[in-house]
Amino acid sequence: MSANDRIREQVTSNPVVLYMKGSPAFPQCGFSGAAVQMLKACGVDRFQSVDVLADPEIRQGIKEYSNWPTIPQLYVNGEFVGGADIMREMYQSGELQKMLETAKA
Amino acid sequence: MNLDQTIRARLAPLAPSAIELADDSADHAGHAEAMRHGGGHFSLTVVSEAFMGQSRVRRHQSVYALLSDLIPGHIHALQLRTLTPDEF
Repeated sequence: MSANDRIREQVTSNPVVLYMKGSPAFPQCGFSGAAVQMLKACGVDRFQSVDVLADPEIRQGIKEYSNWPTIPQLYVNGEFVGGADIMREMYQSGELQKMLETAKA
Repeated sequence: MNLDQTIRARLAPLAPSAIELADDSADHAGHAEAMRHGGGHFSLTVVSEAFMGQSRVRRHQSVYALLSDLIPGHIHALQLRTLTPDEF
């Protein structure tokens, strides 16, 4: 299966997917760590995380999939939401909480 | 041209009314990936009328597209804000 197909399967079979560096317990980058903290602050305790450092094919593939050059990347209900800065803006305005509310159900 | 000037010049197609660029590299000097890549950490705010009516993702994609060959060699991490003049 190509990286693109694997990514499509990951983001469509899980309501909330975070591509990050490291794991939620041990993030390897400050931006990835911040993304995990925001998801938790929105009450999302269970989400699919993908460690791109452990999978070079996904690390490259995810940048092409979303036309987005940086990690972390958040997907909700199969849609690319944004990286850490967009998550922060949406969290501060309350939009992220609203969006994740629909994904938790 | 240094990196700061290069980044500002690259953003010209967006006809920005303001650019705020800060080099935060010193805050991340010990961080393993930063050391490996050697690229800097930057905070960038771009204010442009070109962002009107665009989603946040679309706006960031426009900026990334103009800087793509600098990432991750020269720019390891970019904290990005994209605003219209009204939002600034």
